[in-house]
Amino acid sequence: MMKALRNQKVRGILFQLLTVIGLVAFLWYIGANTVANIEQRGIKTGFEFLEGTAGFGIDESPIAYSESDTHGRVFLVGLSNTLIIGFVGIVLSTILGLIIGVLRLSNNWLVRKLAAAYIDIFRNIPILLQILFWYNVVLKSLPSPRQSLEFIGGIFINNRGLYIPQPELNITTISVILSFLLVFVIIFFVNRWAKKRQEETGQDFPVLLVALGLFVILPILAYVFSGANFNFEYPALKGFNFSGGKAISPEFLALTFALTIYTATFIAEAVRSGIEAVSKGQKEAAASLALSNYQALKLVILPQAIRIAIPPTINQYLNLVKNSSLATAIGYPEIVTVFAGTSLNQVGQAIEIIAITMLVYLTISLVVSAILNWFNHKMKIKER
Amino acid sequence: MTKFVKLSIAALALVGMSATAGTLEDTKKQGFVKCGIDGGLPGFSEVVSGGVYKGIDVDGCRAIAAAVLGDASKVKYVSLNAKERLAALQSGEIDVLVRNTTWTQTRDTSLGLNFAGVNYYDGQGFMVRKDLGVKSAKELAGASVCIQTGTTTELNVADYFRANGMEYKAVAYDTNDQVVQSYENGRCDVLTSDASQLYGLRTKLKDKENHIVLPEIISKEPLGPVVRQGDDAWFNIVKWTFNAMVAAEEAGITSENADAMLKSDNPTVKRILGVEGKMGANLGLNADFAYQIVKQVGNYGEVFERNVGVNTPLNIERGLNALWTKGGLQYSPPFR
Repeated sequence: MMKALRNQKVRGILFQLLTVIGLVAFLWYIGANTVANIEQRGIKTGFEFLEGTAGFGIDESPIAYSESDTHGRVFLVGLSNTLIIGFVGIVLSTILGLIIGVLRLSNNWLVRKLAAAYIDIFRNIPILLQILFWYNVVLKSLPSPRQSLEFIGGIFINNRGLYIPQPELNITTISVILSFLLVFVIIFFVNRWAKKRQEETGQDFPVLLVALGLFVILPILAYVFSGANFNFEYPALKGFNFSGGKAISPEFLALTFALTIYTATFIAEAVRSGIEAVSKGQKEAAASLALSNYQALKLVILPQAIRIAIPPTINQYLNLVKNSSLATAIGYPEIVTVFAGTSLNQVGQAIEIIAITMLVYLTISLVVSAILNWFNHKMKIKER
Repeated sequence: MTKFVKLSIAALALVGMSATAGTLEDTKKQGFVKCGIDGGLPGFSEVVSGGVYKGIDVDGCRAIAAAVLGDASKVKYVSLNAKERLAALQSGEIDVLVRNTTWTQTRDTSLGLNFAGVNYYDGQGFMVRKDLGVKSAKELAGASVCIQTGTTTELNVADYFRANGMEYKAVAYDTNDQVVQSYENGRCDVLTSDASQLYGLRTKLKDKENHIVLPEIISKEPLGPVVRQGDDAWFNIVKWTFNAMVAAEEAGITSENADAMLKSDNPTVKRILGVEGKMGANLGLNADFAYQIVKQVGNYGEVFERNVGVNTPLNIERGLNALWTKGGLQYSPPFR
């Protein structure tokens, strides 16, 4: 017995076993204790509440929702709002972060310092304060619906939100959307062809210029040839509020703005550290091959910088999604506000609802990191 | 080694089995009552100068402390928002919740809670800016409505607008403060809440005189103290603390005349004040528990007038909250 204990391998297995037993016992204890307490206090359990009528209103929902829908539907409304804010936030903060990160390394002193100041200010203020700040700025600075600011093209802005004309889903609208998708496909193939040609002949092809051109020309052609009729539904003041068109609430605006501005600072730093980590020799080598600044950035620096910048950027995406739950402070109806907030209070089953909500965030985070890990793996230097 | 594992599991299990004594014993041992309140609602529970809590709900907490511990100041207040309050009570973070909480069938039956009475009969109303020119809630079709989440209010307003075939936009926030702030900033046309709260919240607005409360009352909101299910002794104590305040008003006992009333010949007064009978012992309390409540906190009428009555900024009439003998609903079962 003692001899076996002195064996390092046996000892290792033994301690691992003990740890697992201890962990299981601990979890079992917590679970049993919770169940016993719930039973003792006569609190209802189970998931039937998801089929119960919610009975309360939600201001903005990407899916159809009315007061007579169920708590299960409320969950879906909250989930889709969370996904929307997560998606929009990730896209916008990536764009802004990339720009700021590159500007941070600009040769122009003023631009460089402005970018640095932006990063230092917004990175160091708690996100909750920023959300509340932008929200109150939005509400305080904008006029009431009756005094709305009107912009060209039937766009209105007031303290109830931003109202834009919404195109009818007809042949014109669909053609224009499809033409945009087509441009992406064309660019993908043009890019591949240009790269191959460049590798074979050394001749460069202005892909960016062609892409920009296509983005202007194709949708216009699609518009003209499909009847040129968007048939916009314009927002109009009716009673207390605007109706018609697409309304974007101040809560959404403030939340998106705050999350983008905050997360972009971290992404900018990731971009900067990625670029700076590429050794100076690489840049000099590119220059000695007579590559232009743009070519050097595109062909030599960025491919190496991206590899370094991806892992910290993944973290920021995950943070953004998790931070979106702070929306509860300003009442944007994402999952924590409506499901883990209002529904929880109406049915009172905290354990089930919080567990579902945690599972949602866990799933979103795991999916996002799985996608980006795959991308990261793909971008890694392939050592042969 | 296996012995160690067994031991540790046994130890863990023991911790789980540590029995919870009754709330009464726990409270006496701690020396204070853990009482959940709102903390930001004028007239019901708010902090006044010097960090002292004041309001009808606060006086409810103080009355329980006076009854159980003989000292109304022995209260530990826990400020809770509407979302936290029921969970805080269920989990034992507080022992009694006196936080303008509406007594509903669902809350009373499926959440492991018991409502011990009604300390304020309320109903939901609407407040709007005067310059909107709205005279009735029926004219509110299409309006944006600011609401506090996790309240019965949220359901009532949905029901009301549906029943009247009107659209509305719900804008819901966590705390009353954010609700008021957004209403003030013009995010919504209407602020809806229990009528008593509307009067209280109006006192917080910068331009109070430009806001009116519409005449419609759209719901029944009996607000009262809540305790956990399964501790009947504690449930009885909270119930009879509030009954004692109403009974005292009915019998004409006030904080000023409580001492003189000890010598009264009226048998009802004698029983309430513990001079006769075993009312205190039945609850596991001292015979003079109701005397302590009235002496230190006051009877129901005194508490009402002091916190929300016509001589306070809230300026609320007794209305439904008058004694049953005066056309109201406040009624205590007999002390006998």
